[in-house]
Amino acid sequence: MFSEMIRQKSFGVSAAIFVVLLIAPSFLPRYYIYFLAVIFVTALLAMSLNLCVGHGMLFQFHHGVFYGVGAYTAGLLLAKTSLPWWIAFIAGPLAAAFAGLLIGIFCIRLNRLYFGMLQISLGSLIWAVAFRWYALTGGDDGIHGIPMPDFISSTTGSYYFVLIVLGICLVLMYLILKSPFGSTLQATRDNPERCAAVGINVRRHQLKTIVIATFFGGVAGVLFVVVEGSIFPDLLFWVLSLEIMIMCLLGGWFTFAGPILGAAIIVSLRTFIGTYTEYWTLILGVILILLIFFIPEGIMGYNYRQLFRSRTQYATESQTE
Amino acid sequence: MLRVEDLHKSFDDFKAVNGAHLSVEKGQLVAVIGPNGAGKTTLFNLITGQLQPNTGKILLKDEDISKLPPHVICRKGIARSFQIANVFHRLSVFRNVQVSVLSQQKLSDRLFQPAARLVVEETNRILESVGLLDKKTDVADSLAHGDKRILEIAIALGNEPDLLILDEPTAGMSPEETTTTMALIQRLSEDQGLTILFCEHDMEVVFGTAQSIMVMQQGSTIIQDEPETVRQNTEVQQAYLGGE
Repeated sequence: MFSEMIRQKSFGVSAAIFVVLLIAPSFLPRYYIYFLAVIFVTALLAMSLNLCVGHGMLFQFHHGVFYGVGAYTAGLLLAKTSLPWWIAFIAGPLAAAFAGLLIGIFCIRLNRLYFGMLQISLGSLIWAVAFRWYALTGGDDGIHGIPMPDFISSTTGSYYFVLIVLGICLVLMYLILKSPFGSTLQATRDNPERCAAVGINVRRHQLKTIVIATFFGGVAGVLFVVVEGSIFPDLLFWVLSLEIMIMCLLGGWFTFAGPILGAAIIVSLRTFIGTYTEYWTLILGVILILLIFFIPEGIMGYNYRQLFRSRTQYATESQTE
Repeated sequence: MLRVEDLHKSFDDFKAVNGAHLSVEKGQLVAVIGPNGAGKTTLFNLITGQLQPNTGKILLKDEDISKLPPHVICRKGIARSFQIANVFHRLSVFRNVQVSVLSQQKLSDRLFQPAARLVVEETNRILESVGLLDKKTDVADSLAHGDKRILEIAIALGNEPDLLILDEPTAGMSPEETTTTMALIQRLSEDQGLTILFCEHDMEVVFGTAQSIMVMQQGSTIIQDEPETVRQNTEVQQAYLGGE
């Protein structure tokens, strides 16, 4: 009953936020509209990573690669072929999921940290290809000014497109996490050994999760191209992967919406403090230290625990009455 | 139903299981006893696939299952509990059991259907039969030790097993909890006709409930027979009961 109230409340809050975001372009300056779109893209990327990290305890250390593969696939198809835009937009996530499957097949045989280490190595190979293959990818310059269909070529147009796709993806992810698949995934996170003993093929379940997560990572990559109109090898570099990992931890990796909050905080820091000093990562480092010591479950994880505490109190009070 | 023939398993030089024999008939309540380090848990881990034997046979309904991984063995009808409380600690009690019921009904891969509305009745029935229904919304980690062990049995029941294996179901329990748990096990065996194999420390508990007892010492089977015969056996008395 009480959890029903929480659910209704959080549904109300998200609906209100969504409405405000829908009308935001009518009163915010153009730069902030662009800034919000960047947060949306990054939030989707962090949310996709959190399917693996927070809900599956899979140390997906190089998730940025799949973001990059999605962006490069869509960007190259748009810039170098005359295929219609929607084919490029669908091909991006599919290519990312395929890359996720290929890398996943190798990594899934290893446990925890070793899984992450192998993924960094294999992912770096893909980065090297993007970085070196000048003829196709433009090397370290990347490709800029990628042509976009008219309806998303303006800042407002791309803003709405990104917002709507983000909304759809969040609903899908929410459904997945509440489904038997999601339940089982969380069980493999909590206790893989026990999970195998109830008849679940843990490795295969994890591999499916990676494919789903990398698909959404690819969607985020396509959205990046929509917002920025360019692609460059930094998208696949491991530093970015680390950043989105921090977003998940900061926002609350055992919560649903935590990574969105984490993405918003990190992107804001990078944008606003980054204009004053290139040492903005210094502040990030301090935040990380505070995070590890004081709220290891992230901001929303901390909030949830507070809520949870008051809920058990509520339960005991109503019992004694 | 289950036959274990001359099973061996060693870790480096240590022979954990060194010639174990066991047979479990349908509907039986069978106990494995033996001092600490006799190889009881290793034997169970071999049967359910967490470990692979070096040599020997494990036959389930005449099929050799000794080389199969745990999830396949579970699909063939063996469910188990573990010696340490091995639950899904961040999930609620209800979802702990639901995970195994979903797995049993092959629903674990459903992507866009709310799990909250699936297999609710089956899960509630299991929780009721073990007496955890009133704690179904609690997070598993917040349960008392005794309840966690009961939850473990409930998770195993979710697989509707032909054979239920319990690794020291009363380890770490208070005397009252032990009595309740053994009553539960006996009820599962008598009322639901479940075939149950368990291992135990407490001699009185075992001789009071089991229909057949297998005694292990240093990895080998000394005897498997009815409780009275086992009690009379001089080798068992020397090895385990302290040679009265």
